[in-house]
Amino acid sequence: MAETTRRKGRVGYLLILPGGLWLLLFFAFPFYSLVATSLYDPSGSDFRGYEMSYAFGNYVDVIRDYWQPMLRSLLYGATATFFCLVLGYVLAYAIAFKSGRWKVLLLVLVIAPFFTSFLIRTLSWKLLLADDGFVVDTLQFVHILGADDRLLATPFAVVAGLTYNFLPFMVLPLFASLDKIDYRLIEASGDLYANPVRAFFKVTWPLSLPGVVSGTLLTFIPAVGDFINAEILGNTNTRMIGNVIQSLFTDANDYPAAGALSVILMLMILAMVIVYVRRAGTEELL
Amino acid sequence: MTDLQDPQPGARARPVAQGGAPRPPRPTPTPTPARAPRGDLVGWLKDHLVLILGLLVLAYTFVPIAVVVLMSFNQPLSEQSKIYQFQGFTLDNWLNPCEDPSMCEALGRSIEIGLLATLVATVLGTLAAFAMVRHEFVGRSTSNLLIFLPMAAPEIVLGSSLLAMFVASGLAGQLGFWTILVAHIMFCLSFVVVTVRARLAGMDDNLEQAAMDLYATPAQTFWRITFPLVFPGILGAALLSFSLSFDDFIITNLNSGNTTTFPMYVYGVSRRTVPMQINVIGTVMIVVSIAIVVAGELNNRRRRVSL
Repeated sequence: MAETTRRKGRVGYLLILPGGLWLLLFFAFPFYSLVATSLYDPSGSDFRGYEMSYAFGNYVDVIRDYWQPMLRSLLYGATATFFCLVLGYVLAYAIAFKSGRWKVLLLVLVIAPFFTSFLIRTLSWKLLLADDGFVVDTLQFVHILGADDRLLATPFAVVAGLTYNFLPFMVLPLFASLDKIDYRLIEASGDLYANPVRAFFKVTWPLSLPGVVSGTLLTFIPAVGDFINAEILGNTNTRMIGNVIQSLFTDANDYPAAGALSVILMLMILAMVIVYVRRAGTEELL
Repeated sequence: MTDLQDPQPGARARPVAQGGAPRPPRPTPTPTPARAPRGDLVGWLKDHLVLILGLLVLAYTFVPIAVVVLMSFNQPLSEQSKIYQFQGFTLDNWLNPCEDPSMCEALGRSIEIGLLATLVATVLGTLAAFAMVRHEFVGRSTSNLLIFLPMAAPEIVLGSSLLAMFVASGLAGQLGFWTILVAHIMFCLSFVVVTVRARLAGMDDNLEQAAMDLYATPAQTFWRITFPLVFPGILGAALLSFSLSFDDFIITNLNSGNTTTFPMYVYGVSRRTVPMQINVIGTVMIVVSIAIVVAGELNNRRRRVSL
């Protein structure tokens, strides 16, 4: 591919200006606002107005009050990401190497279910996992679940919902990575007497790492911040950080605390992304 | 599946060599360790294990979709009924999709916001993508970061940032249509830039050079050569924008004031009695999007043949 020479001059600035300004005004500046809000005096309210008092104590307060949902979000997010990786890898591998001329069709089918609304899909899961639903009845029949056990309103339902809803974010990057692998390399390892398991861990897996890294990030980030699954499929004991932020903003009107939690969430995710990407050695992704 | 008719279970790599279009044809001197042909079921299962597991995962992703389609034919739930379950077949929901007018109002608003946000985000994003790929300017890496970060930030953070800004600038009472639109344009923008940039970066400028050599003016070159070549990328970006905007709940919910979009309507009814019409909309959405994808693919094939 011939490297296109980049032109200098005014035109470049004119082209980037409108989009860049939009992002500055409605992404960068709001984030600054959020940080400022998180430092307002906690005694402020919608009616009395807020006062900036550099109240770093807000951060201490929210960590003390909400460390549980915070930890739970990370745990649910990580678990869902793990299940997505397992399911997504199988699917992406099958499409990349075993699907023959049905490749395009299968790829379309991978994204097709996710064209219905996120909320409608989650409501479907609510129905599927309901107490008298097919899934629960079957599991009770084979005694995996006891007669009084339920699935809905448990951590299991929340993680299952997260896994389902973010699966395509895992499958697509994995497929992109796997599809680039020359299948002859895998065959060569077979010729050299590697058994399929060894061939997978020595050849396929390392070559697919860029897809694994971007897939896990693309799944983990929205899963940690999500609150729809926890709201529809969970109960009060499965509240995630998103639920807390949402209700602090809309119900409790405690803007400083909500702001502080959002900032913490953003910093946590940025820190994890940087560490993870460094360790996995795929910095070109950023 | 072709594999079902495959008479030689030993030749398991064959379908790949047929289907992997971009891969060069594999020279087939058969050094693969010859496996004893197994006619039995166990052998066949072993050879197709990954494909079968993959198809099972795919089937799993369609389970809730089946529920949506099924429930779109469900009889309405009684007001008291807290249980969301199938009660009996009816076509009523399809015949009267707007039985609850507030649902169709919310749907119309979502489509309106989706179209406007797509239009603005696609134009601004395409311009920015051209700048990033084709032009040199001070602040390139900052722009890059500014485009990347909104995609890496969880939605709840984007939403609460915007809300914090609107409130701080005294717009708390003005939340509604316009604040939703502004937010949607913001998060669609990055996805447009990335999509169009990928298309532009994969394109060399030989054809454009040739057009210029043949005395085309810069404007002619752009509209006759560059734009048609980038257009599929722009179209893809626009479709992505629309579906992101149409489906967004978290950011919208924080910045909507009293305005209701379709996802917000669904969220609202999920706590009360669910009208079955939402499943009609869900079914229509999936059918329309599959039709668009299939039409695009057919169009691609036709073009490839005619070239």
